[in-house]
Amino acid sequence: MKQYQKEQLLEMVKSSEKDIQADISITHGRRAFLRSSVAMAGSAGMLGATGITAAQTDVLPIPESNKTMGKQLELESYGMPSKYESKVKRRRSDILVNKQQYSDWSMTPIQSTPGIVTPNGLFYERHHNGIPDINPDHHKLVVHGMVAKPLVLTMNDIVKYPTVTKFYFMECSGNGLTDWLTAKSKTVQQTHGLLSCAQWTGVPVSWILDEAGIDPKATWLIAEGADASGHYRSIPIDKMLDDALLVYAMNGEMLRPENGYPLRLFIPGWEGNVSIKWLRRIKAGAEPWHARGETARYTDPMPDGKWRKFSFVMEAKSVITNPSGGMKIQPGFNEIRGYAWSGNGKITGVDVSIDGGKNWQTAELEEPVIDKCLTRFKFNWNWQGGPAQIVSRCVDSTGYVQPTVEDIKKVRAITGFVQHHNGLFPWNVSASGEVTNGIG
Amino acid sequence: MVSVKQIGISFGLLLSLLLVACTTSTGNANPKNTSGAAFGKPISEQALVLWNIDIRTQDGQGLPPGSGNAVLGEKIYNEKCSSCHGADAKGGPMYGTMVGGIGSFKTNTRVLTPGSMYPYAPILFDYVRRAMPMNAPQSLTNDEVYALSAYILNLNGLVDKTAEMNSKTLAAVQMPNRDNFYVDDRPDTKAVRCMTNCK
Repeated sequence: MKQYQKEQLLEMVKSSEKDIQADISITHGRRAFLRSSVAMAGSAGMLGATGITAAQTDVLPIPESNKTMGKQLELESYGMPSKYESKVKRRRSDILVNKQQYSDWSMTPIQSTPGIVTPNGLFYERHHNGIPDINPDHHKLVVHGMVAKPLVLTMNDIVKYPTVTKFYFMECSGNGLTDWLTAKSKTVQQTHGLLSCAQWTGVPVSWILDEAGIDPKATWLIAEGADASGHYRSIPIDKMLDDALLVYAMNGEMLRPENGYPLRLFIPGWEGNVSIKWLRRIKAGAEPWHARGETARYTDPMPDGKWRKFSFVMEAKSVITNPSGGMKIQPGFNEIRGYAWSGNGKITGVDVSIDGGKNWQTAELEEPVIDKCLTRFKFNWNWQGGPAQIVSRCVDSTGYVQPTVEDIKKVRAITGFVQHHNGLFPWNVSASGEVTNGIG
Repeated sequence: MVSVKQIGISFGLLLSLLLVACTTSTGNANPKNTSGAAFGKPISEQALVLWNIDIRTQDGQGLPPGSGNAVLGEKIYNEKCSSCHGADAKGGPMYGTMVGGIGSFKTNTRVLTPGSMYPYAPILFDYVRRAMPMNAPQSLTNDEVYALSAYILNLNGLVDKTAEMNSKTLAAVQMPNRDNFYVDDRPDTKAVRCMTNCK
């Protein structure tokens, strides 16, 4: 290769690194990958179809880490990520900014979480009046109302039951509410980050209800938190008896305070706010309670001034996380990656379109594929360099196909603070490779 | 002694059994408790009197004794609520208005307030008692909560300023949005899995 070609190539590599925005975390691996793909694309362009790249001749120096003793082991520690990953953090929304941080939410950087498990420190948060600091030795759960024998359980009691451990996603009903009709958010963390997934450990709610002797006439239960909002929701008893869990651990450790320590309810596949954190009380009744959190909030505006209530399930949804808003890609090979999930069952298929939804190709699902759990999809894309719009669409085990926003708009009122956005979500890719929110 | 090879085989066998178990499972319901484990201790409803604060808002079941009107409610509001919600509950430094919006739901801009949105008036009592004020929840007396509920209802034109709110009168207030809710009827979309030339 001629000297000026080398310099040109080097310049391209440098500029591609500069283009990576600070708020998008890209690992060392990805940076290295970008460098090599730029080199490949650049070489192919300059040397023609042969694809032969001149071998590097500069001698690789011995890395400093090979010549220096590492940091010594700490006698006791809780390990933290590398300092080079310090940008991977939960963040509040840039669009709907609350004026206080007690009834507020933070979003998971799903562009930076490989696999299906969200690390506990990155799990999204929604609190209604701050995070309580609860001593598990003092915490109690009571079960009462329409039961034969009201019960009280301590945390020591609860952890003695046989364990049940399951992987499930959790999504806030408000995920995506800033971006229904016009592009407001920049990154996938902001458009879809009220989404996380964990392995949950606890005790089936049905066991405790059996023990208390649930009245056959009871049809609804409330679950109530020990936080300063006393947040509670009415939940149909059938769901509680089917797959609801009293959870005390997630991802191999006890719950974090912000995730409900020492005890939370977990309702698989349903909007996150029914999985009551800091759970202190379950009460059985014959009707729902119609609390503020299930009438004035967490209801859906419908045409003709109506509202839909008890819209619990998070319907099938998918989103491309790589590449996604704020990233810049280079021509050549790019793996399209994303998540698909359904509160109604398993993901059975994901399709990807690179022309804004006109033509679709089937993506590969990465094992394991689990009921009501995040599923990874992957699609090999050889980007030729022109403008593109990339979008994913999933199908679940009920046969339900993820709708477009247009499909949803035909049957609901998209006005104001609208929950349950499971519409297709496109990203625009410009001719120069910038990826931006493609809604609207 | 078990050889390494035997461990390898049995581990592999276990794994394949697990995989079979996973792939043949159709639902994800919880298992039954076959262990006999039962660790709950009996507790009386009387012992739960301070915890048992939920109100079934459609008929007011659970509303406690006590009463208050908007005249008293305004005083309490100005002392404990206006710093966040603003004068006359029209919105303050932290939160938006709690007044108005009735009739706005058939327009493109729905204004959500307790007056326009709550289907049942006892929601006010239930929510204020358990969650307000944010810096001292569960600090108000039942009379104060009735008075604050009366004040917010009065500002929304739903009760007179001197109307006494108690467990009977609060539950009897007719809220304008009462009949506008219906239970989830999804799936409401019928998307098809079109693969080529879709739009």
